[in-house]
Amino acid sequence: MAMIEVRWHGRGGQGAKTASQFLGEAALDTGKYIQAFPEYGPERAGAPMKAFTRISDKPMTIHSSVTSPDIVVVIDPTLVSAIDVTEGLGDNGVLLVNTDKSPADVRKEVNFTKGKVGTVDATRIALETLNLPMPNMPMLGALLKVNQLVSIEELSERVKAKFLKKIGKEKTNANLEGIKQAYDEVKIG
Amino acid sequence: MAKSKMIPFTGDQAVAYAMKQIEPDVVAAYPITPQTEIVMNFSNYVANGQVQTEMIPVESEHSAMSACVGAAAAGARTMTATSANGLALMWEIVYIAASTRLPMVMPVVNRALSGPINIHCDHSDTMGARDSGWIQIYCENAQEVYENTILAVRIAEHKKILLPVMVCQDGFITSHGVEGVALLDDKKVKDFIGEYNIENPLLDVDNPVTYGPLDLQDYYFEHKRQQSEAMKNALIAIPEVLNEFEKTFGTKYEFIEKYKLDDAEVAIVAMSSTAGTVKFVVDELRQKGIKAGLLRPRIFRPFPKEKIVQALKNIKAVAILDRSESFSAEGGPLYTEIKSGLYDSDIKPLVTNYIYGLGGRDIFPEDIKKVYKDLEEILSKKKVINPLNYLGSRE
Repeated sequence: MAMIEVRWHGRGGQGAKTASQFLGEAALDTGKYIQAFPEYGPERAGAPMKAFTRISDKPMTIHSSVTSPDIVVVIDPTLVSAIDVTEGLGDNGVLLVNTDKSPADVRKEVNFTKGKVGTVDATRIALETLNLPMPNMPMLGALLKVNQLVSIEELSERVKAKFLKKIGKEKTNANLEGIKQAYDEVKIG
Repeated sequence: MAKSKMIPFTGDQAVAYAMKQIEPDVVAAYPITPQTEIVMNFSNYVANGQVQTEMIPVESEHSAMSACVGAAAAGARTMTATSANGLALMWEIVYIAASTRLPMVMPVVNRALSGPINIHCDHSDTMGARDSGWIQIYCENAQEVYENTILAVRIAEHKKILLPVMVCQDGFITSHGVEGVALLDDKKVKDFIGEYNIENPLLDVDNPVTYGPLDLQDYYFEHKRQQSEAMKNALIAIPEVLNEFEKTFGTKYEFIEKYKLDDAEVAIVAMSSTAGTVKFVVDELRQKGIKAGLLRPRIFRPFPKEKIVQALKNIKAVAILDRSESFSAEGGPLYTEIKSGLYDSDIKPLVTNYIYGLGGRDIFPEDIKKVYKDLEEILSKKKVINPLNYLGSRE
């Protein structure tokens, strides 16, 4: 696998950084080389922020932030109209958005005609499974549907390793359920 | 590198883990910002009883370094960690630690000095301390920070050196970025660093010694001379430690790293994480047939002049990248030192300087490609038109 670059858009406190790390760490567990890092600005809950994941079969020496991502994941639906989420996204790029809209509607909204667009109502899924509006884990599940960087099982192992001690079995399982549900529900077009 | 199990670590976590394995006798540190997660993570190890280190949280960075001086003089294996303005506040005692010849290790997360207020990566903090008498190691990634924190213990405590060591990593880029780090075996690390036995401990009442006395016109100069000699000795003694590290753990570290340099015509000199991005660009340019290379100084103090000059012997044009400004109006510190190193030799590449990345301004492959393009132009014109450049800054 050549280097795959993922850019995450969220707002401070929504778990974009955590999602970027979980994806990287799950890939690391499978023997890949990884980088996961947020773009630090003034750290404020609610402010738009970015995080990045790089995954490759070979060691990576590049240490600048990602400018031409293969995949963009928008965790917060309101960012679609607030910033240019498709910036640097190439002809085969994938745009994945947390929204109840269809891929066709999102394409129109952001004027993106290339690649693939995926949509999933990750906030609703998070509310149903976890009872919290934390869409980051469902977005990870949706991401694996468009590009199987790791399997659902491999990601689940990593999520368990990170969460079990911290938030307990019940909430961890709710997160795993959210991941699976988003994987099943994501619409691609 | 043979790939063992990789652990996802930030640079900060990697350093804290190295500190856990080193298990210093004393860690004195300021616990809040501008301190980094290094101290937070290490405090967890202390609180969980995973290390027996005496952890001293203090009220300022100045006090942190003061407590370290006391502990090290008493004979304790001593560490602290700092960053940016924290290092600036330590300043007075940073010099005292070195001139008292106290072998401690201080991981530093390189970040900008205020003002204007900024918390992001550049090298102005440790470059400002380049004349403080500390050994300085600059690391490219989390793996290197981890291993060099362990290496630094042996360098600091080497009988012919006895100087404190800063192990520097790029703020946020390395310190907060997660990468896979291959960890070394606990026992092997313990065996490698060994027991620390100070020759003249302050607390040995049967053999009383004096630390930090008034030292005026009569002997101050000689003591400073000894400090100079210690730094010169370090040039000779550090390779012993590096060789032993390679024998024990398999990784070869040297004063400098050469990347596709031997047959290069144009080269960039850069330190820390930027050097990694330069390698990425070198690979790309090489595919296009451009003979580009990289020289990365890893140890900046002592300054490995001979090695740097020799490494540049076939290079026709070289750009030296500084992530700090010295305000000499003559370019950044790495540039001026390398240029002065070339004066005594017959090696005379065309040399140019780029200040870049101040306050965390990102440096992209495109920026680095521009530098190589400039170098090719310099090469074709056979002269440097603009020796001092600011890469990625608005004009």
